[in-house]
Amino acid sequence: MDMKTEKKTLNLKERYRLLTRDLGWEPSYRSADEVFPYVKYEGIKVHDWGKWEDPFRLTMDAYWKYQAEKERKFYAIVDAHAQNNGHLNITDARYLSALKLFLQAISPGEYAAGKGFARVGREFPGVGTQVACQMQALDEIRHAQTQIHALSNYNKYYDGFHAFADARDRIWYTSVARSFFDDAMSAGPFEFMIAIGFSFEYVLTNLLFVPFMSGAAYNGDMATVTFGFSAQSDEARHMTLGLECIKFMLEQDPDNLPIVQGWIDKWFWRGFRVLGLVSTMMDYMLPKRVMSWREAWEIYGVENGGALFRDLARYGVRPPKGWDDAEKAIDHMSHQIMLGLYQWSFGTSFHSWIPSDDDMEWLAKKYPTTFDKYYRPRWNHIKKLAAAGTPFKNFGLAKLCQCCQLPVVFTEPDDPTLLCNRETVYEGEKYHFCSDGCQQVFENEPEKYVQAWLPMPQLFQMFDGDVAAWMDWVSLRDGHDNGDYDGSRDQQNFQQWRGLATSNQ
Amino acid sequence: MSTVFIALQANEETRPIIEAIEIDNPQAVVNREPAMVKIDAPDRLVIRRETIEEQIGRAFDLQELQINLITLSGNVSEDEDTLSLTWNS
Repeated sequence: MDMKTEKKTLNLKERYRLLTRDLGWEPSYRSADEVFPYVKYEGIKVHDWGKWEDPFRLTMDAYWKYQAEKERKFYAIVDAHAQNNGHLNITDARYLSALKLFLQAISPGEYAAGKGFARVGREFPGVGTQVACQMQALDEIRHAQTQIHALSNYNKYYDGFHAFADARDRIWYTSVARSFFDDAMSAGPFEFMIAIGFSFEYVLTNLLFVPFMSGAAYNGDMATVTFGFSAQSDEARHMTLGLECIKFMLEQDPDNLPIVQGWIDKWFWRGFRVLGLVSTMMDYMLPKRVMSWREAWEIYGVENGGALFRDLARYGVRPPKGWDDAEKAIDHMSHQIMLGLYQWSFGTSFHSWIPSDDDMEWLAKKYPTTFDKYYRPRWNHIKKLAAAGTPFKNFGLAKLCQCCQLPVVFTEPDDPTLLCNRETVYEGEKYHFCSDGCQQVFENEPEKYVQAWLPMPQLFQMFDGDVAAWMDWVSLRDGHDNGDYDGSRDQQNFQQWRGLATSNQ
Repeated sequence: MSTVFIALQANEETRPIIEAIEIDNPQAVVNREPAMVKIDAPDRLVIRRETIEEQIGRAFDLQELQINLITLSGNVSEDEDTLSLTWNS
């Protein structure tokens, strides 16, 4: 006879209820408004916080168990990388520019996101939301730490890794990502969720991490594949939190729709500009390329973003306002930014280079309507100058967009031969923008963006235009960390060490 | 039609999981990329605990998927027995 045994474990829903919902309580000697002072001022109306639920129903006990497992896997491989000359197994040292850019601009963003989620986890009244935000805060700090740890192995051998924290705070191109996160962290809790949880995690993170990690795999970088996948295993949860949060806001009150739509418009465009740096990485910096930026956009932007906004249409949400301008920019942006990075390479803590003939063939194939027509002639001209011993260097400072902080290097959406430049006068001061999208973000909240910390004016405010003093301040070692890859220490060392590792000479 | 997808690390742990997903979702397309397997399906994808357990020959908690998950797309719904991804298109 079969014995019926009592079921010992709780099912997922019961466990989630007991270990999450039951942790919430009603304040008794202070009002809810006093305990959660920031939850109303943005205008989002919430009638029932109990309606918000994590679809993964992950509880803290399970969270620790799985995160510990991820860390064990991560450190096993990072150790193997360090013990097996992992720094010599990459395709070639040009690849390192992508890692340097990532470490200087993106890893500090992970840390900023960690601070942001710790804050909103405290500011949201719903206990399901609080627990999910707490997990995400811990995840983001883990990401920053594991990325820094993995890349520290490269810092033992190569230039440009040593001062990522100074670069994050002071150098120019990093302020693109920094201003994005600072903007989100200084917004209210709901806007922060749309900025990071929805726009960045859901709409854009696949475009950042998936090609980047596949790029690392293609280029023999085991350490980065590992930190990337370890971080990315958390992203599925973050994306789901972002999507649930937006659905929750839209289901709670119809008045929330116009506010949420405004944030989607703003944060899609802000995020899209940050990804401009990723587009150059994909099209130019990977010696062995995975797919073009255009191809990645087709999969993760057009197809996936399209599916998302068709789904959200039931709430009245439309695709972000800048979507069409983004589509028009896809075939141009990586070339325009790389040309910018090359001409200002005296001020970058990574190397750039003139694409080889093979690289240009690949770019022409991937960008059949734009590369040969607009960009190959410029690279060829630059190549001719370099061959004549007069390499093209721009020692003038870039004019920066007051919103995204990228140099104003983009062209008009409908005319790739005309530089796009927008101006707004606010309280007697003139402000410059790279696009309609960035100008609109400014004009909606000028009092916020007039305070933006812009890296170029610092050079004059602090150093009276003295570039060498500025380089000291950003911890950039002239002749080592910056300039052309061709002839750099990274290039020489990599070739020499790889030669030593593969021969007996 | 909208595409839902799930991407998993390509490793020994996920091999039988991917086989289970293929069994339960005949309409799914499996794309094998370096270090990663991305599975696309029109509008809906279902992952069943029982099918995975049959493939790996031991008890499996669907939350173990978290360890090897890279990314996904679609509205998530999970309980002990299934994890589903859906788009309303």
